[in-house]
Amino acid sequence: MAPVSKRDKKEEEEGGNIFQNLDKTSVLQDARTFNDTPVNPRKCTPILTKILYLLNQGEQLGTTEATEAFFAMTKLFQSKNAVLRRMVYLGIKELSTLAEDVIIVTSSLTKDMTGKEDLYRAAAIRALCSITDATMLQTIERYMKQAIVDKNPSVASAALVSSLHMSKTAGDVVKRWVNEAQEAINSDNVMVQYHALGLLYHIRKTDRLAVNKLVAKLTRMNLKSPFAVCMLIRIACKQLEKDGGDYADSPLFDFVESCLRHKSETVTYEAAAALVNLRNTTARQVAPAVSVLQLFCSSSKPVLRFAAVRTLNKVATTHPPVVTSCNFDLENLITDSNRSIATLAITTLLKTGAESAVDRLMKQIASFVSEISDEFKIVVVQAIRALCLKFPRKHSTLMTFLSAMLRDEGGLEYKASIADTIITIIEDNPEAKEIGLAHLCEFIEDCEHVSLAVRILHLLGKEGPKTIQPSRYIRFIYNRVILEIAVIRAAAVSALAQFGALCPDLLPNILVLLARCQMDTDDEVRDRATYYYHLLKLQEKGLIFNYIVDPMQVCLVSLEKSLAQQVHDKVPTKFDLKSVPPAPVVSTTEDTAKETIPEGSISSAPNRIVPVQSTVSSYAEKLQGVPGLQSIPGTLFHVSEPIELTESETEYVVTCTKLTYPHHLVLQFECKNTLSDQLLENVRVQIEASEGYRIVKEIPIPKLPYNETHCAYVVLQFPEQLSLTVTNFGATLRFIVKDCDPSTGIPDADDGYDDDYMLEDVEISISDQIEKVSMDREAFDRAWEAASDEDFTESEDTFNLPGMSGLEQAVTKVVKFLALEPTGLTKVSERSSFTLCLPGMFRGGVEVLIRAKLAVANNGVSMQFTVRSAHSDIAELICAAVG
Amino acid sequence: MGGLFSYFRNLLGSREMRILILGLDGAGKTTILYRLQVGEVVTTIPTIGFNVEQVTYKNLKFQVWDLGGQTSIRPYWRCYYSNTDAIIYVVDSADKDRIGISKDELYYMLKEEELQGAILVVLANKQDMEGCLSVAEVHQALGLDALKNRTFQIFKTSAVKGDGLDPAMDWLSNALQNRK
Repeated sequence: MAPVSKRDKKEEEEGGNIFQNLDKTSVLQDARTFNDTPVNPRKCTPILTKILYLLNQGEQLGTTEATEAFFAMTKLFQSKNAVLRRMVYLGIKELSTLAEDVIIVTSSLTKDMTGKEDLYRAAAIRALCSITDATMLQTIERYMKQAIVDKNPSVASAALVSSLHMSKTAGDVVKRWVNEAQEAINSDNVMVQYHALGLLYHIRKTDRLAVNKLVAKLTRMNLKSPFAVCMLIRIACKQLEKDGGDYADSPLFDFVESCLRHKSETVTYEAAAALVNLRNTTARQVAPAVSVLQLFCSSSKPVLRFAAVRTLNKVATTHPPVVTSCNFDLENLITDSNRSIATLAITTLLKTGAESAVDRLMKQIASFVSEISDEFKIVVVQAIRALCLKFPRKHSTLMTFLSAMLRDEGGLEYKASIADTIITIIEDNPEAKEIGLAHLCEFIEDCEHVSLAVRILHLLGKEGPKTIQPSRYIRFIYNRVILEIAVIRAAAVSALAQFGALCPDLLPNILVLLARCQMDTDDEVRDRATYYYHLLKLQEKGLIFNYIVDPMQVCLVSLEKSLAQQVHDKVPTKFDLKSVPPAPVVSTTEDTAKETIPEGSISSAPNRIVPVQSTVSSYAEKLQGVPGLQSIPGTLFHVSEPIELTESETEYVVTCTKLTYPHHLVLQFECKNTLSDQLLENVRVQIEASEGYRIVKEIPIPKLPYNETHCAYVVLQFPEQLSLTVTNFGATLRFIVKDCDPSTGIPDADDGYDDDYMLEDVEISISDQIEKVSMDREAFDRAWEAASDEDFTESEDTFNLPGMSGLEQAVTKVVKFLALEPTGLTKVSERSSFTLCLPGMFRGGVEVLIRAKLAVANNGVSMQFTVRSAHSDIAELICAAVG
Repeated sequence: MGGLFSYFRNLLGSREMRILILGLDGAGKTTILYRLQVGEVVTTIPTIGFNVEQVTYKNLKFQVWDLGGQTSIRPYWRCYYSNTDAIIYVVDSADKDRIGISKDELYYMLKEEELQGAILVVLANKQDMEGCLSVAEVHQALGLDALKNRTFQIFKTSAVKGDGLDPAMDWLSNALQNRK
C-alpha cells in the first residue's frame, strides 16, 4: 500500500483526494475489466485499490456483489505482475468474509506460498489463512508446518501469526504444530522468535503446568529477540499473579528482575513496568525497577522519558515513598517541552511531594493546563484528588483550581472526573463541604451533561440538608425544575423532597414547591412530586425515613416477579418484602476501574475486579425452565461464582454453581464432554451429603454428546441446625458411556457401560448463605446502633491472622472469604488499624451486620470480629466460620 | 505463401490462446498442465480451485487454466468460460465406473453459450494403466459420434509417461491457426 499512500499525500497537497468521490456501483462496474484477456496490470491495480479503499471506508458490499468481484479478481492470477499480485492478496483478505466460495483460490495461493518467488510467499500465506476454515485447514496443514520452519523470516513470521489467527477457529489443528513452533523459537530472526513464542504460549495457555515449563525453559535459554523477552516477561507476570502469594523465592520473579539489566531498553522498561504493576510487591522489591525508570527520566529520547514518567506516576499511587527518590529528576521534567511528560511529572510530584510544594506546583500546571488534552487533564484531576485526601488543609487552593477547570470547555469524562473529585473531597473533608457544594451548584446552572446534573442534584439532596444553611440550595435546585429537561426536573424534585424530609423548618416551603411541580408536563416528574408531597404532608417520621431518606434496597427485577406471582396466584398471605433478595451490589472500585484490558491480550497491567452483575435474576429465570426445579419454595436468594471441579483440559469438564434458596440449596453442575468418540447418557453427579443435609431431588442429563455442555442438578435441603451448614460434599460424576464414531456421533452399539469419574469436593461456605448489601458508612453506623438493642444478639471473637504482610492483604482476605461488599474502603494501606464494615443478608431475609477491627500486630494482623444479627445462631455461625 | 503464413503467425503470436483443462477429479489435469509447462512429472494434490500457467508450445503461447475436478468445484467452472479458445477435456480411461459422469459433465459444458466457438480436445488419459479403456471405447462411452458443429479430436495419452501429448498439442495448434 506504500505507493498508494504516497500518492494520497501528493493529492492532498494538491488539494484533493482522488478517491473522495468514488461510487461503489461504478467501481464494481470497472472491476469487470478483470475478466479481459490479456490482463492489463496498469488498469487493474488502481481498480483494486479503489475497491479496497471503499471497503476500508466502511462501504457495505452485498454477498452477490462481493462474490462477483471476488471471482473477477481470481482471473488476475494469470498475470505475473508482482504489484498486481500483491494487491490481489490484499483483495482476497478483505473480501474473504464477504464473498462466497472463496476457497476457489486455495490451489493458487498454496502454489504461491510454496513457490520460488519470495515476494509472494508471506502474503500468500496470510491470504490463504483468511479463506481457510477449520475443515479445509487439514488440506494445507503440511504446507503450514513447512512454512513455520522456513528459512525465510518473513515467511515463517507470516505462518506463525496466521496460525495464531487460525487457532481461534481451528484450535485443535493448530495445536498439532507445536513442534514446528518449538523449532521456530530457536530462529535467529527477532520477529520469528517473538511470533513463535506468541503461538506457543497461545497453544499452551490453558495448561498452567505447560506454561510454567515453557517459561522455565525459555528463561534459561537467553532469547535473542528483545520482543520475545518482553513477551516472556508478561507471561511470567501473569503466572506470578495467578500463583499469588509471596514472590520472594520465585524463579519467575528473579527472571523479571534480571531483565532490568538487559542490554535492550525495551526489555529493561518492560521489566520495570511489569515489576511496578505486580500486585503484592513490597517497596523493597519495587525499588530496583524505580531506579531503572529514574535513569530513563534523564534519557535524551522523549519516548523513554514519557514511558518512565508515566509508569512512575502509577507507582506513586501504590508506593509513594519509593518514588520520592526520583523527585529531583521529576523536577527537571516539569519544564519538558513535551507537555504530556510535563503533566505527568507534575502530577507525580503532587502525589509524592510535601505539602509546601503544592502551591508552587499548582501554579506550574495552571500555566499550561489549557494546552493539554482531556486525557491528561483527567490525570491532573486525579492527582488533585489524591492530594486533597492527603493534605485536607490545602482544599481551598485545590477547590478553586478545580472549579476553574469545571468552567472550562471539556468532554463528559473530563467533567465527570472533576465532579467526582469534588464529591470525594466533600465526603472526606467536612470543612470543604460548603465550598464544594457551592461550586457544584454553580456548575449545574450551566451543565450540558444530563447524567452529571442528575448526579449532582442527588448529591445536593443527600448532603444539602445537613449543612448549616440548607435553604441556600433550594433556589439552585428549584431553578432546575423551571429550566431543564424532564430527566433533570425529576431528579430535582427528588432532591427537594430530601430537604423536606430532613429540615422540618423548610417543610412548608418545600410543600409549596412540590405542589407546583405537580403541574409539570412530564409524567415522571408529576408522579414523583405527588408521591413526595403526600408522604411529606403526613409528617410521620418513620414513613419519611423509610421511603425518602433511606429507601428500600431490593432487587427490582425480583421484586417485580414476586409481585406478579403474588397477584397471579391470588395467595391470601401477606406479601413479605424480605423474601425478595436485596439489590445487587455494583462494586465501585476507585479510579482504576476505568482501565479495561482487551480480552485475550497478554497485558502486563494487573487484572481489575470486574463488578459482578445481577446474576440472581437471570439464574432465577433459567431455573424456572428446568422441569423439577419450579417446585422449590421461596425465591432464589444467592448465586455463587462457578467453581471448577475438574482440571481444565481433562476428559470431562465439570463446574459447579451453588444456588441458594431460603431453605434449599441447588447445586448446578455444568458438564462438558470433550471426548469425540464417546456419547454419555444419564449423566449425574452423586453427592455424599454430609450430616443434616437431605437430598431432595437429582436431575440427570439424559444425553451428553461430544463438545456439548449441559447441566445436571442436585437439590438439597439445608439442615435445621445452622452449625452443620458449613461443610464439604464428596462428588462423583456417574454416567453410561457409549462408544461412537467421532465423525458422526452415532453410537456403535446400543448398550453402553457404567463408568464414573472422581470430582473435587464441593465446599459449602458461609458466603453461599449471605448476600451482599450495599450501604454507605453512615447507614451502616445507624443500622449498627439500631442493632444494639435486645432484638439482636451479638457474637464476638478475636483472631490472629498470621503471615499477613499488611492490612490491605488482610482486608482483602476477609472480604473475599465472606464475599460481602465493604463500606467506606479507602486508603487502607496508609493506616495501621482499620475498621471493616460488612453489611449482609442471610438467607431467609435475616439482616446481618459484621464489623471487623483490624490492627497490625507484631507477627501479622489481629482482628476483633463482631457479628450482630436478629438470630443468635446465625451470628454464632458466622463467627465460627471465620475462625 | 510463406510470407502470408508468417504474417498470420505474428498476428496470432500477439494474442495468447486461452485454454481450459477440464475433467473429473483425479483424471490427471494438473499433471498434464505441468508436463506441458515444465516437461516433467510433478507431485500433485487435489486441486482446490485452479492453477493457471503460461505454456509455450512450438513458439505458440497458451494461457492454460487447470480447474479442479471435484464435485464441489465443478459448479465454478463456468466462471472461467468466457474468451476460451480451446478446451482440453481429460478422461481417466481406467475409471470405468465414472465415465458416465464424465460424459454428463462434458455435455453440460458444451451446451454453454460462451463455449460455442471453442475447439475441443479429448484426452483418453492413463493409457499406461492395465485394463483401461481403449481410445475407441472412450470415444463411444462419451458419445462423441453425436457431436456436431464442433472442431474436435480424441487422443490417447499417458501424462505420467509423456506419451501422446505432442500429437494432441500439434493438432490443437494447427486447429487454432486454421480457425483464423
